[in-house]
Amino acid sequence: MAAQALLAVAVLPLLTMLAMAAHRHKLAPALVHGGCLLVSLLLGFIGIASVLKGGADLAALPIGLPWLKAHFRIDAFSGLFLVIVNLGALAASLFGVSYVKHLNHAPRVAAAYPMFLAGMNLALMADDAFSFLVSWEFMSVSSWLLVLIDHEEEENRKAAFTYLMMALFGTFCLLGAFGVLAQAGGGYGFDAMRTAKLDGLQSSLVVLLALLGAGSKAGLVPLHAWLPLAHPAAPSHVSALMSGVMTKVALYILCRFLFDFGPTPAWWWGAIIMVAGGVTAVAGILYALIQTDLKRLLAYSTVENVGIALIGLGIALAFKGEGMLPFAALALAASLYHMLNHSVMKGLLFLGAGAVLSATNERNIERLGGLIHRMPVTAACFLAGAAAISALPPLNGFVSEWLILQTLFLGPKIPNWAMKFGSPVVAAMVALSAAMAAAAFVRAFGLVFLGRARSQAALLATEAPIPMRISLIGLAALCALLGILPVSATTILSQIAQSLMGIELQGTIIEGWPWLAPISVTRGSYSGTVLVASVLFLILVTAVIIKGFGTRQVRRGPAWDCGHKEASPAFQYTASSFAQPLRRVFGASMFQAREDVDMPSPSEIRPARLDVHMRDPIWQGLYQPLIDGVTHLAARLNRLQTMTVRRHLLMMFLTLMLMLIVAALRRVFS
Amino acid sequence: MDRALQYDTAHLIGAMVLLFGFQLLYQRRIKAVLTTFAFQAGALSIAAAWQAYIQNSPHLYVTAGIALVFKAFFVPFALNWLVKRLGIHRSVETALGIGPTMIIGVALVALSIVLVLPVTQGASALTRENLAMAMSVVLLGLLMMITRHNAVTQVVGFMALENGLILAAVGVKGMPLVVEMSVAFSVLVAMILFGIFFFRIRERFDSLDLHYLETVRGDRL
Repeated sequence: MAAQALLAVAVLPLLTMLAMAAHRHKLAPALVHGGCLLVSLLLGFIGIASVLKGGADLAALPIGLPWLKAHFRIDAFSGLFLVIVNLGALAASLFGVSYVKHLNHAPRVAAAYPMFLAGMNLALMADDAFSFLVSWEFMSVSSWLLVLIDHEEEENRKAAFTYLMMALFGTFCLLGAFGVLAQAGGGYGFDAMRTAKLDGLQSSLVVLLALLGAGSKAGLVPLHAWLPLAHPAAPSHVSALMSGVMTKVALYILCRFLFDFGPTPAWWWGAIIMVAGGVTAVAGILYALIQTDLKRLLAYSTVENVGIALIGLGIALAFKGEGMLPFAALALAASLYHMLNHSVMKGLLFLGAGAVLSATNERNIERLGGLIHRMPVTAACFLAGAAAISALPPLNGFVSEWLILQTLFLGPKIPNWAMKFGSPVVAAMVALSAAMAAAAFVRAFGLVFLGRARSQAALLATEAPIPMRISLIGLAALCALLGILPVSATTILSQIAQSLMGIELQGTIIEGWPWLAPISVTRGSYSGTVLVASVLFLILVTAVIIKGFGTRQVRRGPAWDCGHKEASPAFQYTASSFAQPLRRVFGASMFQAREDVDMPSPSEIRPARLDVHMRDPIWQGLYQPLIDGVTHLAARLNRLQTMTVRRHLLMMFLTLMLMLIVAALRRVFS
Repeated sequence: MDRALQYDTAHLIGAMVLLFGFQLLYQRRIKAVLTTFAFQAGALSIAAAWQAYIQNSPHLYVTAGIALVFKAFFVPFALNWLVKRLGIHRSVETALGIGPTMIIGVALVALSIVLVLPVTQGASALTRENLAMAMSVVLLGLLMMITRHNAVTQVVGFMALENGLILAAVGVKGMPLVVEMSVAFSVLVAMILFGIFFFRIRERFDSLDLHYLETVRGDRL
């Protein structure tokens, strides 16, 4: 299986070469995306097959130093992530086939895109630290190139640079984590790391470094700063992959560190991850709520969802630390389910944003509106995604967030008081972020698709071409399917989670189709299938009643003008006005939001103005001092650059002397 | 011949090279610097020849020959000719006084002895002493480069440093000839490059003081 997967991945560099060789040809970018589509289809099937088969499949490539081969391995866990990645890649590639026609630099996108896919897939298959880090860097650098596609704009260059810095930081942390593990396990292969025995300090160090390394890629607050800059800067189908899929690759390696490799972190690491996840979820969605750029809003929503998935991982770790393995497996399965769901919904939403962008050339939601009439299919699909990500039943987002909440309510079973009190608090954070996500997406959908067009571009928009529509409809259908038939998915996921926890497959934690009852039937159960069946039945009954017993008489009356008589679309709700109540509640403390009203005196004829000033506390508080420090230091060091010839020699001489003296002192004292 | 005598002689010649290294530090005239350098190269050539004799390795005679021909005669004569031809100010401008330079030089020798002797515990006494002296010569050459302003003295410092390397190389058994040859020729090439460089600086500034180069690079206004 692994060999076939590697062969499939090997096609991707060929596609890059094709894209570069035929960069003048008009059809080449679409063709390359078509090729990527086929490859991701194949890899997706391989993923499904390895999930169903279970067990591990190994392969080694003679790459690298002669005695160190590059090892690859696919087990059910990486198979699951192969499915997640290639599902997203499939939809994004299909979307890209027609989307690249709208792009300024389509050949460049086509050259970097296959390498991005290759990097992500190889990272999931890697079975030693070297292959993993190389693939991981491949993924980072190629996505950096994709962020830099529209490099003419200053903002994008800045985003790409920030991204590159954070990617370097993340890889550096992961390298450290692997180093500690390899030192304890005696090798850089993942098999050695699985059996590594670590003491408490080493475990903590590994978990901390892994959390920082993977967290910086996944968007853990406060390491998320690059994410809302870089994800929107890339072409939309790439944004969908970066947001929906690349963050999952980061969570994949975090899961490996936490549950598969040697470290045995104490329960309080779970608590730390839970709190970090809770803060990430709430902060992410608060930021999302005040954005006016549609893609940036989606990127911040990614931060929120990564936070929720992290909460699941955190409580799983806490359960594992206390030896409550069945509960740990349940929490892990819930978190994995949320990752799967989020990759589908976020892919759908970003592709929807891409369809809007290609139709109107506009990302600012203040200048959109009324698109439901001109892009009905896109609007319906975006609505499905928005409902799913706001955790509304019967869609998939609800199921996984509900499962995570259920496991959080199990938290008080852990025999220590911090968790007994802490996990309901984190549950409240999940609930708060779900509610604010609903507000954020009502705002996004309402302003983009409802009301009247706020600009000429929005007025003249046309429906997306067929490949884009197919990809949107497919993802929307998947959102519904994963929500309506949750039990089939959770059964497989809990098997994967149980095998990762190293416990026997004890029947199903999750009982009886179609009822999803994670703990017991009496404690809390949910069935999307029954819910949808009942809703459909009720709709049918209502329709029959209305049609059968209602009056058929036609009445005529004046058309309702929705409350605004004025002709100007500016009289509608704006993005800022919609977010204002929540901005007042949370913004005053978190964003230091300040509103200045400039009211002209009665004799003046200028309009009144309301200015809102906000500060990003994380950027101002954490990153700006860091940047200032580095700039200061660089300015100091710059003086070394312009030394005289003799001073340069003197520097070398002094360095040599220092090293020699150190060597001599070591001799003397040893 | 007796081993002790072999050892003492090698030691004596090595010490001569080192002493000439010290002598380079306190010369006040460029002509004298060049002459001292020629003597150092001559001593090096004798050291190489002696090693060739006691190690029974004839290829070291080639090294000795190269050192004698190029370093003891050709390089000093060429530099002398250059100095005369360019009409350079004939005194040595120091960046650090001669007294402190000598003190630092002594400290460097002490450092290299402290460093080399314990590291080379396993090697023969001959090699160990030889290495310590060679390292001192290298460090003294480096010291000369950083305490003198004039370009000619810097070049001499560089060549003296290279003498130290050769001294280390001839003391170690089994040093292939090709390495020595390549070092020797690279020094020669460096010498030619420096010559051209002198002409260029001289053409522009009427001096070989590196101080003037700094303004060109924009380091000093």
